[in-house]
Amino acid sequence: MAIFKLTVNGKQQQVDVDADTPLLWVLRDSLHLVGTKYGCGMAQCGACTIHMGGNAVRSCILPISAVRQPITTIEGLSANGDHPVQQAWDEVDVPQCGYCQAGQMMTAAAFLKTTPHPTDEQIASAMHGNICRCGAYHRIHEAVKVASQKK
Amino acid sequence: MQTTNDTSRRDFLKWSAFTAGGLVLGFKWADAEASTATVFSSTVAEAEVAMGHYLTVGTNGIVTIFSPNPELGQNIMTSFPMIVAEELDADWKQVKVVQAPLDNRFDRQLTGGSGAVPHSWPLLRKAGATARFMLIAAAAQRWGVPAAECTAEEGFVLHKASGKKLGYGELAEDAGKVPVPATVTLKDRKDFKLIGTAVKNVANKDILTGKPLYGLDFYREGMLYAMIQRPPAFGTKVQSFDATAAKAMPGIIDVVQVKNGVAVVGKSTWQVMKAKKALKITYEKSGNIESTADHDKIFIDLLNNGKATVRRKDGDVEAAFKDAAKVVKAEYQCPFISHSPLEPMNFFAHVKEGSVELVGPCQIPGSARTAVSKLLNIPEDKITLELTRLGGGFGRRLYNDYVVEAAEVSSLIKAPVKVIWSREDDMTGGTYRPAVRYRFEAALDASGNMTGYRLRGVGINSGNPTREHNFPSGAVENLLIESVEHQSPITTGAWRAPITNFLAYAEQSFIDEVAVAAGKDPVQFRLDLFEKAKAKPVGRMDYNVNRMIEVTKKVAERSGWGTKAGVIQGFSVYFSHRSYVAQVAEAVMEKGKPVIKKVYAVADCGQIVNLGGARQQVMGAIVDGMGHALFGKLSFKDGAAEQSNFHNYRLIRMKEIPQVDLHFVDSGFDPTGLGEPALPPTGGAVANAIFKATGKRLYQQPFMDSEVFGGSGKKTF
Repeated sequence: MAIFKLTVNGKQQQVDVDADTPLLWVLRDSLHLVGTKYGCGMAQCGACTIHMGGNAVRSCILPISAVRQPITTIEGLSANGDHPVQQAWDEVDVPQCGYCQAGQMMTAAAFLKTTPHPTDEQIASAMHGNICRCGAYHRIHEAVKVASQKK
Repeated sequence: MQTTNDTSRRDFLKWSAFTAGGLVLGFKWADAEASTATVFSSTVAEAEVAMGHYLTVGTNGIVTIFSPNPELGQNIMTSFPMIVAEELDADWKQVKVVQAPLDNRFDRQLTGGSGAVPHSWPLLRKAGATARFMLIAAAAQRWGVPAAECTAEEGFVLHKASGKKLGYGELAEDAGKVPVPATVTLKDRKDFKLIGTAVKNVANKDILTGKPLYGLDFYREGMLYAMIQRPPAFGTKVQSFDATAAKAMPGIIDVVQVKNGVAVVGKSTWQVMKAKKALKITYEKSGNIESTADHDKIFIDLLNNGKATVRRKDGDVEAAFKDAAKVVKAEYQCPFISHSPLEPMNFFAHVKEGSVELVGPCQIPGSARTAVSKLLNIPEDKITLELTRLGGGFGRRLYNDYVVEAAEVSSLIKAPVKVIWSREDDMTGGTYRPAVRYRFEAALDASGNMTGYRLRGVGINSGNPTREHNFPSGAVENLLIESVEHQSPITTGAWRAPITNFLAYAEQSFIDEVAVAAGKDPVQFRLDLFEKAKAKPVGRMDYNVNRMIEVTKKVAERSGWGTKAGVIQGFSVYFSHRSYVAQVAEAVMEKGKPVIKKVYAVADCGQIVNLGGARQQVMGAIVDGMGHALFGKLSFKDGAAEQSNFHNYRLIRMKEIPQVDLHFVDSGFDPTGLGEPALPPTGGAVANAIFKATGKRLYQQPFMDSEVFGGSGKKTF
């Protein structure tokens, strides 16, 4: 166990955990930020996607000792749940079970920053790494498009 | 989510604040068929009756509707209240929906079989209409006018003749004193304002901002975490174990043996995950150790020599085949598949002296409570179960092994604990869709009419893998359907659209093959059989042939079946869980391999409740059905699953989905269910399109193993 300092959603945090603890479990068990989900633990499904220094990262394989930049989770994506991606997800009424959606939105938000006007093919490629077991891919795709047209 | 110890007390206080003096209605949910749901209490918000009541109208105008059934993505938390709100003429913006805990006063408080809406439709309508009747009566009394002159609209009672208007909140207290009517008039379908429209998921805001909704998110101060190392191979059990190394690891509180393994208990998920890997366990044989290669041989043996149970017999099948001008025979096989809901199994349990508190995601909470009661010998009325949202189910959470495990661990360590399964635990831990093999035979006369039909289904712990009263039963004079089961230590269970998730593909692919052998168009061949079943039905038919005909014709029309030059199409139609879905898949060849680009779907599920949710169910089911037909495979070597996580167990992803053109038939029937029925036909439509594209029939799932996709094409027959 050791003390680690990190910035999550703009707030300084300090945790006492094993150095190899994945950021996912620091967020969920230590900081009680449970919007970031556990799905596979091996970066295959994308449910645990967060932003580190603005980039989409799989938190389930990122040890706390490797966290050097500020972290943003779904809870901090916007102050009032009104990030264009969140608005689009609501407008398109994307969620079924909803479990994967935080990861889907974090992937989409990072993608749209680098690709603000994506083609359909670019959207599909960007979102291909995130599994939705309910198969809500049509609406996820549409919501990314809707989000890209906001602002 | 509740995190207090005394859930019912806290919930009562919360809701009594809303409902003090307001209208509180509870309903005994009777049979699906009973149009006489009885009101079992009303008028007063008393502590012992307030929990689990179906609806309350607060003096502030807020209508609170408890949603009893587990929500796993079928959108029941939105659909159920819509039905109540429709008959109540509530203002949807003033409706709050609350997940109810397990409560005996709800009937059929479960999620499975696409049955919730069909079952509860009359009862929910009656609940809303009863409250509406009482609110109108209260207004009429206050105004001194006949109730018949009053109407209700978006949360208000109106007396149009005098222009008087009162909100439900202002009437709630008086309405609570109105005697509950024995019968009420339900709306005419044409007057529906909310039902049939697209209403957004009531949980969107919480889901999209990462609120703690799911079982895995549940946290209680002082709670411990546990993971269980279960035997890696079916047919083995724990002989002995050495927990010295695991116990010495940071954060580990205890290691205890449970019925199905060894549980590591600690202060955080990660510490427990790591310590579980440090366990040294010796296993011993407790049953047959089987591999997929064994199952392949067992299937052939059972098909040829198994002592079959006759499920249905019509006419003289032997004679029909003896006299046939042509006989078509084919065999279809599917592997085990995992449910893999994205939220792995988990449950919270706190076993106290003589009572138990359970919190988590499950599809049949009543059975979970019964199982825990049996294990601990604690009466059911001393066990509470609070439902969280489910991160998917697909049938896996119909089985309560993980709930019982949590209670077992809590009782052993005498502390509140959440048992968590890793993805690997989930995928290798059983309750799979059973592996099944079918042998189909069809007898054709000289004109290409199907005069005889034989189906023998064999499966591993599959029960009866046929649906003997589904199509083509009823359309063939001479028919024999039988089944044989092999008992295995590998655990199996219901997987979304149980049995039909594979049977539909096999049957619809075979019927396609028969149509081609008969020299007929595959759609027309089925329509001819439907017409025959309509004109001269043979024996029992569980399906409505008119609804089969309607969806078939409609999808042919919408897809331009047989009229689009150069477009490769495959057709399939299936009845399951009371509903009817026909599909046409379109394929193109890309780099020598078939790719499904589009699926046309026409569904008849009776009255649509939430159009948005209904579209989600069908489109998601098509993606799910196609994904598992293409990729789904769980194989065994020496009793152990060979796949363990999503790196070697492939699920469909965004780039692989087809476009979907979806249409609902308005058949005038009451709702007949939609969580599952759109999945079964997809595999057949896809396989039939691939046949047209490549000339190759696909006889085994997953299709990816077939030569047309560059697979080995290894046949086991």
